[in-house]
Amino acid sequence: MRIGIVCPYSWDVPGGVQFHVRDLAEYFLRLGHHVSVLAPADDDTPLPPYVVSAGRAVPVPYNGSVARLNFGFLSAARVRRWLHEGAFDVVHIHEPTSPSLGLLTCWAASGPIVATFHTSNPRSRAMIAAYAILQAALEKISARIAVSEYARRTLVEHLGGDAVVIPNGVDVDFFAKAEPRPEWQGGTIGFIGRIDEPRKGLPVLMRALPRILAARPETRLLVAGRGDEEAAVADLPEELRPRVEFLGMISDQDKARLLRSVDLYVAPNTGGESFGIILVEAMSAGAPVLASDLDAFVQVLDQGGAGEVFANEDADALAEAAVRLLGDPARLAELRARGSAHVRRFDWSTVGADILSVYETVTAGAAAVATDERTTGLRARFGLARD
Amino acid sequence: MTATLIWILVVLVAVGVYLSWTAGRLDRLHVRMDAARAALDAQLLRRASVAQELATSGVLDPAASIVLYEAAHAARQAEEEQREVAESELSQALRAVFGEAAQVEAVREAPGGDAAARELAEAVRRVPMARRFHNDAVGAARRLREHRKVRWFRLAGHAPFPLAFEMDDEPPAALVERVS
Repeated sequence: MRIGIVCPYSWDVPGGVQFHVRDLAEYFLRLGHHVSVLAPADDDTPLPPYVVSAGRAVPVPYNGSVARLNFGFLSAARVRRWLHEGAFDVVHIHEPTSPSLGLLTCWAASGPIVATFHTSNPRSRAMIAAYAILQAALEKISARIAVSEYARRTLVEHLGGDAVVIPNGVDVDFFAKAEPRPEWQGGTIGFIGRIDEPRKGLPVLMRALPRILAARPETRLLVAGRGDEEAAVADLPEELRPRVEFLGMISDQDKARLLRSVDLYVAPNTGGESFGIILVEAMSAGAPVLASDLDAFVQVLDQGGAGEVFANEDADALAEAAVRLLGDPARLAELRARGSAHVRRFDWSTVGADILSVYETVTAGAAAVATDERTTGLRARFGLARD
Repeated sequence: MTATLIWILVVLVAVGVYLSWTAGRLDRLHVRMDAARAALDAQLLRRASVAQELATSGVLDPAASIVLYEAAHAARQAEEEQREVAESELSQALRAVFGEAAQVEAVREAPGGDAAARELAEAVRRVPMARRFHNDAVGAARRLREHRKVRWFRLAGHAPFPLAFEMDDEPPAALVERVS
């Protein structure tokens, strides 16, 4: 099968969607399919052979922060050329509502289009204003995929229509087979995420830490992620600060080893999560998980069966649960076993096969993807467009 | 005077282009809906065929074979108006027969049973998928067709009003469960 995948975010910036697209593309390549990925990238970035650059993404203020987007005449032309040269059986667009490559491809293509909705942002004002245009582009999508039941619900509420739920994939064995590091073992709590991003919840964990250390003084907190380390511990009493170790940005390899080593992984995120891939990675590595009770997290943790949850933003509840778990090796072992069994459904072998089923369902009885001549403007309408 | 005429002409052309664009949109939605319906038909037929094959293969006990054969046969032969009911009954029959993990295991152990079980598992997973995509397309087409501009200018022509396909497509738990 000839598969075209559109990634709306810059290939040179690490991010959840980019990793998902990369792993998905490599999974299909291993199965012998033809895969081409269209993604924004700087001209001098080295790209894998299956990635086609859509040009540099332009930083513009959008939706309250600076987003790097691709739009305009040149990008649209590149999208059309890519579609034309690729002659794909199916095009898979990620994040079709972001005003970037995803939307441009939706606009320019006809034929079987599959789209994955990663974020579950409430509808922005711009989206309401552009609703008619957006709707005309989105209704070309033959199959919609949401990454969680929660993401599906927001999608149904804001855009109408329906979607199938296929979770994000993880290479479970990569985490399960990582070698633990002795210096990260022994009464350790793990946290991975941006330090200065309050939504990732490190402040909640920092507020809970004094109580955890009062009950179990030998505990250490290992924090991996970018951000201002001094500001993060500013509210912590001086004598407790040595119990927090900052590892900075770590490689994928070290991330797996960290998750293999810790006694407890804590995900105190306060919101804005539509899936929670880090929980799946932690469970793959056999780390017992304690997470805030966000909708998406509760679902990933099998309604609390594969990991424990605490009331969101409640530092006391977090401290109480962490102390109880750290003092109960039997419960930790049980969580490890349940997590490892539960996580198999997120392995690429399962997730990839499901996505391939979606492709096969939409391509059955449909023509291949082509550029849509109806949307090129007036000239094309009257048959005057040059190809 | 001439200026007014030119303006009227410009407005008329703009309205015409807009309506033609909307008609194109509607046409595309109908194409998508037809493709989705064809895909759904294919998946339903595939599911009924595999079920019938299993029912006649002798790997199931006689009672289960008869129940499954009956439901699969009815689903394949159903008239258009009876289709949703017949397919729902096939789903129920499949759930009744493959409700137990032990039954699925027994089928897998039979010669050729592993391939048949895998094919059935794939079919019962794809039916809900195809149905969701179909109903999603139907919903989008209905929303556009209910719009004033489409009704007033009869942009939909004589195409029948799109209907969703409603059925019970819950797969048997033991069949789709994935254990490592």
